[in-house]
Parts: sequence; C-alpha cells; structure tokens
Amino acid sequence: MTEPTHLDGNAAAGVLRDVFAVDITAAVGGCDGCGAVSVLAETRVYVDAPGAVVCCVGCGAVLLRVVTAPGRTWLDLRGLTYLQLGTP
Amino acid sequence: MSWRAATVAGVHRETATARTIALQVPGWPGHEAGQHLDLRLTAEDGYTATRSYSIASVADGETVEVTIERLSDGEVSPYLTEVVTGGELVEVRGPVGGWFVWRPEQKEPVLLVGGGSGVVPLMAVVRRHHETGSQAPLRLVYSARDPDSVLYRDELAGLERDGVDIRYVFTRQTPPGWPRPAGRLDDDLLAATAFAPELEPTTYVCGPTGFVEGVASLLVAAGQDPRRVRTERFGPSGGNP
Repeated sequence: MTEPTHLDGNAAAGVLRDVFAVDITAAVGGCDGCGAVSVLAETRVYVDAPGAVVCCVGCGAVLLRVVTAPGRTWLDLRGLTYLQLGTP
Repeated sequence: MSWRAATVAGVHRETATARTIALQVPGWPGHEAGQHLDLRLTAEDGYTATRSYSIASVADGETVEVTIERLSDGEVSPYLTEVVTGGELVEVRGPVGGWFVWRPEQKEPVLLVGGGSGVVPLMAVVRRHHETGSQAPLRLVYSARDPDSVLYRDELAGLERDGVDIRYVFTRQTPPGWPRPAGRLDDDLLAATAFAPELEPTTYVCGPTGFVEGVASLLVAAGQDPRRVRTERFGPSGGNP
C-alpha cells in the first residue's frame, strides 16, 4: 500500500506566520473548487514541492501556495473564495 | 515570526527509536498545549532542512521539549535521534498553530486519541491539564505497536497512579496477560472510551494519516459532533516534517 504523502495545515503554519500578522491555521477557508469549508490546520499540505501547497480535504484542489526564497515570498490564494479569521 | 537560536540543553532516550530533546531558546514567548515549532538545521555547506515538531512540554521559561521518532528514510530525524548532543546549536521558529490546542479554560470532557508518536502533543495536554489541576474529565487513549514503543512510559505510569485515565491499545504485541489481543483501535473500543456526545466533549486525534482519518470517521459515525473532533495528521513517515 502506498501511503499518502500529505501532511496537515500545521506543516505550513511557520511559513504562513511569516506572512500573516496572525495565526491563520485556526482560520476557516472556503474552497473555490467544491465549496467545502475547512479549518486550515486540517487541510492537506504537501511540502515536497518547492514551498508548501495547501489542498482542500473535500476535492483535492489547491487552496493556497506559499514559496519562499531569500528576501522574497510568493503567496497564491486563488483557490480560496474566502478566509474567516478570528479577531480579538 | 523570526528564527531564534537555540541550544540543545539535554537529550533523553524514550525508546529504541525516539529521543526527547530539551531546547534552551532565549526569548521563547511561551506556548499552549498542542502547539508546534519549526526546527531548522544548517549544514556546514549552508544546506538547510526544516521540520515541524509538536511541543511535548508545558510552558517553562525558555526551555522547550520535543520528542522525535527516528524515520529510517529521514533526512533530519536520524541526526536528531542519534547524533545530536548537549550544547549543539539549532534554530527554532514558534510557537505555531492555534487549532490543535487545549486551554485550561476548557471545562468540557476531553478525549485524547494518539497513534504512535502522535501522542506527543497529547502529552503536552495531559501535562497542562495535570499541572493546572483542571477538573475537566480527561481520558487518553494511546495506540502503540507494542509495550517497548510507548513514549513517556514511567511518567504515564505515575500519572495513572495519580488517577489520570489512560487506556492503551497495542497493535502488534501486548504485554503478557493483557486482556485484549493485539489489534487496531476499532469502533467497539472507541465506543467504550469516548464520552457521550451529549456531554459535548472535545476530542483530539493525532497520529499517522490513516490512523487519524480512521479514528475521526469512527467517532463521527458514533455520533460525535465533527466540529468538536480536532485532528492532526502526520505524513507517511510519522514524523510530521
């Protein structure tokens, strides 16, 4: 049996914390592909690509990509219709 | 969130393949039970490798502990479990993750279900719960291959003597005279250990992907509110890189 290679949203928590002012792994995101709503911590994350690729648990579509290089970070959020963040 | 220099303050052997590493991190801001840190190693030629590890310890000044299981094909874990010694310098970033967290303000029953090294963040919850004298009912269900692969064995035995409710499931080999044959955590056993859904328990499940998805489905099928079942999945390697 081939084991899946994905991790969960926590594997992207550190790099996303570099970009966002708050922890977004506890945020809820809506998938632009299938409409599923999930907590980012529980999404599927692939870190064997350059950077981290965060995928929907419902349909597997890419929700978010983040790639870092010295002095620069690329953030692609096109797979998310929205992010709902907790505010104090 | 920036990287901080950290010093390995101590290495403790847990099992044949796992070590707990205490890190001294100047400026560490503290953390909640269940959070992670990223650990970065840099080779002499500048090559870096970063892995995310669950924090095992409760907040204690500038000391943070992680427990690392050696992966046979790992790039980082063999170094951390076999080579690293006190005084070594590494870098850490954290704490990160605000979802798979238990806070002492939570009063509802707490079921913790860990598979293999998935017990690490759950241990932080057990320790925090114990340290704060929380009255919230708590139960730990710990699935391990065999008795020799149980992490924190002596400490868990002490906690059991103090009345902490811990249930072991052995998947490959049981201790002599164990009442249940070796086997996976199944719906019968979960039904016997889960809190009634009416009590609105929060359940934390952590372990390899297959284990977590299996246990979470069984819990939801048994009537647990999916919004109250929090999961954390490791990769195939079980190492949460």
